[in-house]
Amino acid sequence: MKELNIMVVGVGGQGTLLTSRIIGKTALKAGFDVKLSEVHGMAQRGGSVVTFVRFGEKVNEPVVEEGSADIIISFERLEALRYSHFLKKDGIMIVNDCRIDPMTVVVGASSYPENIIEELKKEHTVYSIDGGAIAKELGNSKVLNSVVLGLSAKHIGFTKEEWLEIVKTTVPAKTIEINEKAFMRGYEC
Amino acid sequence: MSDKIIMLGNEAIARGAYEAGVKVSSAYPGTPSTEISENLAKYQEVYTEWAPNEKVALEVAFGASFAGVRSLACMKHVGLNVASDPLYTFSYTGVNGGNVIVVADDPGLASSQNEQDTRMIARAAHVPVIEPSDSMEAKEFIKFAYQISEKYDTPVILRTTTKLSHSQSIVELCDRKEVEDKPYERQVRKYVMMPASAIGRHVVVEERDNKLALDGCDFPINKMEINDKKIGFITAGVAYQYVKEVCPNASVLKLGLVNPLPKKLIEQFIQQVDTVYVFEELEPVIEEQVRAWGYEVKGKELFTRQGEYSASLLKKAIFGQNDIVFDKKDAPNRPPILCPGCPHRSVFSVLNKLKIHAAGDIGCYTLGAVAPLGVIDSTLCMGASISTLHGIEKARGKDFIKNWVAVIGDSTFLHTGINSLINLAYNKATGTVIILDNRTTGMTGHQEHAATGKTLKGEPTNAIDLEVLCKAVGVNNVVTIDAFDIVTLEKTIKASVNGDELTVIIAKAPCALLKGQKFPYVCNCDESNCKKCGMCLKIGCPAITKQENGTIKIDETMCNGCGLCKSYCKFNAINKVER
Repeated sequence: MKELNIMVVGVGGQGTLLTSRIIGKTALKAGFDVKLSEVHGMAQRGGSVVTFVRFGEKVNEPVVEEGSADIIISFERLEALRYSHFLKKDGIMIVNDCRIDPMTVVVGASSYPENIIEELKKEHTVYSIDGGAIAKELGNSKVLNSVVLGLSAKHIGFTKEEWLEIVKTTVPAKTIEINEKAFMRGYEC
Repeated sequence: MSDKIIMLGNEAIARGAYEAGVKVSSAYPGTPSTEISENLAKYQEVYTEWAPNEKVALEVAFGASFAGVRSLACMKHVGLNVASDPLYTFSYTGVNGGNVIVVADDPGLASSQNEQDTRMIARAAHVPVIEPSDSMEAKEFIKFAYQISEKYDTPVILRTTTKLSHSQSIVELCDRKEVEDKPYERQVRKYVMMPASAIGRHVVVEERDNKLALDGCDFPINKMEINDKKIGFITAGVAYQYVKEVCPNASVLKLGLVNPLPKKLIEQFIQQVDTVYVFEELEPVIEEQVRAWGYEVKGKELFTRQGEYSASLLKKAIFGQNDIVFDKKDAPNRPPILCPGCPHRSVFSVLNKLKIHAAGDIGCYTLGAVAPLGVIDSTLCMGASISTLHGIEKARGKDFIKNWVAVIGDSTFLHTGINSLINLAYNKATGTVIILDNRTTGMTGHQEHAATGKTLKGEPTNAIDLEVLCKAVGVNNVVTIDAFDIVTLEKTIKASVNGDELTVIIAKAPCALLKGQKFPYVCNCDESNCKKCGMCLKIGCPAITKQENGTIKIDETMCNGCGLCKSYCKFNAINKVER
């Protein structure tokens, strides 16, 4: 593995930041140079958010540019569509199959695009998962991030054990067990 | 040296200040600088506080330096405007214990009202500026900044930008080095800036600038990389990373000291390279000086003054290339919005219903400017809402503001809004000021302030009573109302804008994201009662969406059960139930 450019995108409040931090820590532990770029402040309030994780032997720029993402992990369908042009020719997408209407749609100024995942599949390799349903089934809707991370982990690399070690030390202590379960549900998809 | 860890730029700055032996730090929160103080507060060796504003913070840091210890003040770029009064003269007095001011610029406007460049202010104030390009440098450069501060007797600005402050990269930690307190000595000529002293200090400041420009050529924070001599870049900060990404074989002069510029070093570089590009975000500060020295360089004719730079921007500007493979797809915008359960929404829904205009301020509530609430007509700077309303009244008369109010958050009110309110009380204003009191500094991520009853370190302290404070400055009519009680709010706002007495309405309810908030209720829609009237959609709550059949649906995982939608439903279609 020479270098990997990953983007984690979603709606402010969905936990993209924590997910990218876990990816970053896992890569660091595996001995790579790592850079992460985050979004704080006003943009976090329900807006479209994007975080970048890059790792390799030596990383300069902390962001991933248009046309250079190996993997885009999206927590929401519309956000997957919005950032799809960041993908490389053979880049892949992991999409949490969920719809959150932006205010522009709620007030009727625009409409939510139909069949996003099917459209994306015409150009890209897309793996989709209903993380929300799996998380709900596990009894805590907040662990959907770990479900999506689990599925993504398989495509990023590293061993299951390497991932779980970081997940355990990053999530709140009380939720370690359920997050591990959630991760495995995604990983085994 | 210990293990390598990954650290946010702001966390690394805090770590560097800790390792440098800093003893006192004061700051006001502001994106992208906030996390510096939050991280520094974790070290018990450092006294760390939130001040009501940046001017106060810098004066506290001056006092600590004056008393002989290493001190720090942190702020965002526009915060330096507030602190510029002490800054310009602190430059004259110089330091006793070392002083660093961390200023975070926000190219690209992630969360700001303008894109100003701190280096311009620093040049005007004759304060040296140091600029790191990743987390490790941020930690090391701030330590070097303290050495310069003490050696050259000056406050030093460590300039960061959003991309550095909010990106993470690898750092290696060092131990803290305690620094012995400098003895305090009364020195009127150095520290009492009356004209007779200041005349002498101005001379010192100019000599210091010249000496730094010369000595700076040998500072280890500057780095000259001579490779391919056909093309060379003069750059600083995170822009350096983009140069390395696009042109790994080019020659690069990476400046750590960006004010005053190390002239000889720059000349030495220019003489070795055929074509020199100056690649700096925001203003052409380096470029214009280099041109003024008589050198031909390329810069802002290729690279913009606006927004954040990137590797692709550089590649496109110089080589006309881009890496895009797939077309950008049309996707409806998703601007930031007020959260579900936000008390500001409740107040704005009433203003919207009454067709009232609001002079706005800096905070999450600026989002009240956009559809569907659309009540805020102006946002200028911290504290400006109240004085803007006053200006409108004095320009157009008291009848003109019968459908106007000023809205300001609790933290912003204590920052500089209080000065404006004093002006209204003093100069016979009749307007209505609404303090959106959500018990925290919301937009920057929930920092304590002087009215929350807790310090930055989480210790209990005196909490300012906003009602008593407003009365004390001469406002007789001050009322506190639950922000979700829209009936009382409507009645009170109507009476107050139509009356002739200056009124402060404190609309109080905690921020929905505040730690420890409990949400025992959740709302849902009984579709059989829903008449598809769309009233509940007018409050702009992200948890409420319209379904295909026209009825509405409330997302239970997003809903915080504030019940505002229920208050506006005339058909009892919305239930508020226990979770």
